[in-house]
Amino acid sequence: MSTSVEAATKDTSTVSGRRINMIEAINEALDTMLARDPDVIVMGEDVGYFGGVFRCTAGLQEKHGKTRVFDTPISECGIIGVAVGMGAYGLRPVPEIQFADYIYPGIDQLISEAARLRYRSATEYIAPMTVRSPFGGGIFGGQTHSQSPESMFTHVSGLKTVIPSTPYDAKGLLISAIEDNDPVIFFEPKRIYNGPFTGFYDKPVEPWKKHDASEVPEGYYKIPLGKARTVQEGEALTVLAYGTMVHVAEAVAKEKGVDADILDLRTLVPLDIEAIEASVKKTGRCLIVHEATRTSGFGAELSALVTERCFYHLEAPVERVTGFDTPYPHSLEWAYFPGPVRIGEAMDKILSE
Amino acid sequence: MADPASNRPTLALHVPEPKSRPGDPVDFSEIHIPEAGAQSRPDEGVKPEEMKDFAYDLVRVLGDDNKAHGPWDPKLEPETLRTMLGHMAMVRAFDERMFRGQRQGKTSFYMKCTGEEATSVAASMALASDDMVFPSYRQQGILIVRGYPLIEMINQIYSNAGDKLKGRQLPIMYSSREHSFFSISGNLATQTPQAVGWAMASAIKGDSRIAATWVGEGSTAEGDFHSACTFASVYNAPVILNVINNQWAISSFSGFAGAERTTFAARALGYGIAGLRVDGNDALACFAAQQWAANRARANQGPTLIEYFTYRAEGHSTSDDPSGYRSAQEREEWPLGDPVMRLKNHLIALGEWDEDRQQAMDLACAEEVKATTKQAEKNGILGHGLHHPFHTMFEDVFEELPWHLEEQAAQATRERQIKWPDQHPKDFAGKGSGQ
Repeated sequence: MSTSVEAATKDTSTVSGRRINMIEAINEALDTMLARDPDVIVMGEDVGYFGGVFRCTAGLQEKHGKTRVFDTPISECGIIGVAVGMGAYGLRPVPEIQFADYIYPGIDQLISEAARLRYRSATEYIAPMTVRSPFGGGIFGGQTHSQSPESMFTHVSGLKTVIPSTPYDAKGLLISAIEDNDPVIFFEPKRIYNGPFTGFYDKPVEPWKKHDASEVPEGYYKIPLGKARTVQEGEALTVLAYGTMVHVAEAVAKEKGVDADILDLRTLVPLDIEAIEASVKKTGRCLIVHEATRTSGFGAELSALVTERCFYHLEAPVERVTGFDTPYPHSLEWAYFPGPVRIGEAMDKILSE
Repeated sequence: MADPASNRPTLALHVPEPKSRPGDPVDFSEIHIPEAGAQSRPDEGVKPEEMKDFAYDLVRVLGDDNKAHGPWDPKLEPETLRTMLGHMAMVRAFDERMFRGQRQGKTSFYMKCTGEEATSVAASMALASDDMVFPSYRQQGILIVRGYPLIEMINQIYSNAGDKLKGRQLPIMYSSREHSFFSISGNLATQTPQAVGWAMASAIKGDSRIAATWVGEGSTAEGDFHSACTFASVYNAPVILNVINNQWAISSFSGFAGAERTTFAARALGYGIAGLRVDGNDALACFAAQQWAANRARANQGPTLIEYFTYRAEGHSTSDDPSGYRSAQEREEWPLGDPVMRLKNHLIALGEWDEDRQQAMDLACAEEVKATTKQAEKNGILGHGLHHPFHTMFEDVFEELPWHLEEQAAQATRERQIKWPDQHPKDFAGKGSGQ
């Protein structure tokens, strides 16, 4: 985890060598910020006494009190709407939307309100909220517990979109998101909450404890928004990925022996365009991988940017590997998931040009 | 086997229709208007379930005799009543002038609140000046009450160089943090859960300020309003939900928001919120109801939903012609009268006012608005020149300008240099004044 440690803003954190999973890392980020900033509020469906359906808020209500960490009605519109009002008051709310698939009733409050408030009031009011939400498939969640709707938010001016891929990043990025004065959508790839899923669903999953990026300092540290992480350096082709797909791409490159330069984007808006350009200009080949549906997905934006900025360095057309343009099918989850076969085929195609 | 549908009655869809359309005679006889002063005034800590009748009644103070009646009479000093009347007169004068300004091409859009002045002026006078308000688009009266300078309002309406919102917002979508007035959205009812959230935050922090929001009866159909009611109820938030039932949502009468079945105040009952239904053209009733709800919220007794039964005397905005969808007789025959006239007549009945003073005040308001308009026009009017450095178009999307917006700002700069090469030097960046 060399690159990510160097990129971190060291503060009061201590490297202890202890290893935790992504759920624990997120819990620590919330715990740290609740303790540091009395204006931070954590709320959402089942996040209080119970500690969240994925346990990300376990123990926080008991520690920080019922008016800092509490359950909400099942109303995403209401959750985001009251968070806008709390932000106007001066709080720094961190609402949880239980699944990204549930976020749509709150989308007007996000798009028309939170995202535009700074602009429309000429900075009189801001919406410094971080909306946490588990996203992505691979847990047999069916069409309503598996979606990756990130491109709906990257399309909106005024929203930042952050997606971590490791426990270390999850904690540092979440702390940055909470301290950020703009509204941040923080999508947590739930398939890798407990371990870095490689896409080889027929093989046993490694727990985070066996992965270096689960070594997470205690206390406060930040990873800046808008900075990509180099997962591995290579010369043959660039892979642009985020969330779960970072680990899948890494595993496929390893299995195929492809010398890939893999970038974990971490933040989609603002995007680390410098890192992308540097990598593609070096390798001349670019593969984009995301789990979300293909048409108008964030991969389309990445593909356009790479083509606009690196065209004369490209030796092959930019390729996208994505989920299919269907709802996420329950029983055929692994046929839908952009796994090793789809990624491997795309790598072969790019490298054969 | 017989078709299972063969013996069933045919279903029919009900599509609401207002009682009168253009040219039709108007019949308001079905509107029940109780005597002023006939309504009891419960203790501010009363349980919502003990208030059911108030959701169907109509709290009234000013009677046909122009006197104040009953326990809801807020017993305001004549000086306060004159101030209230002055604010309402100013709102009306301002509306007249701004409407005309839009017709003269000085701006793109305007919305009057004629006939509804009491619902914002009188109601907001019952709040503390630092209580936070989350208005809809027809509450200019609140800004007048809170002393927001007229010139700031006009600058915003003209999107000119003096517009603090930098020409970004549709006219009348004001914002003033200094006056505890939230940025107005054009999306309806979004402000309602926001007001509840602000009130929750105030309670979380052990503050003493409360929040109030205003929403039209038509927009109570939005999910946001129902989310707001749920959250207000669940957390016993110190918030007042004001529903302005002005009978019309552009061309859709209140039946399309459910008014054929029940009152809007009755929405409160299902949520366990205190509900009041008030004569919205009775400034004293509007003040009294808001004061009751404010005292209740401030004492940690919870939220109140108030329906103000009133009438939108003019069109929705400068963009619609009401003679195309409703009878012109409605305004003439509206049984609750005009709020400005009723308050004026009350002051006259008290011996504290007369027609001459009213005339002089109306004239003074018109003169002040006219003079301020001329002053604002020195800052420019919409569509005539660039009033803000156009780089401001890209600012405040985020706290810091990200690379992609910086690139797009550069593109906009090039476009101006191409279109007006003589006016823009090579180092022009669109950031200075007068560009």
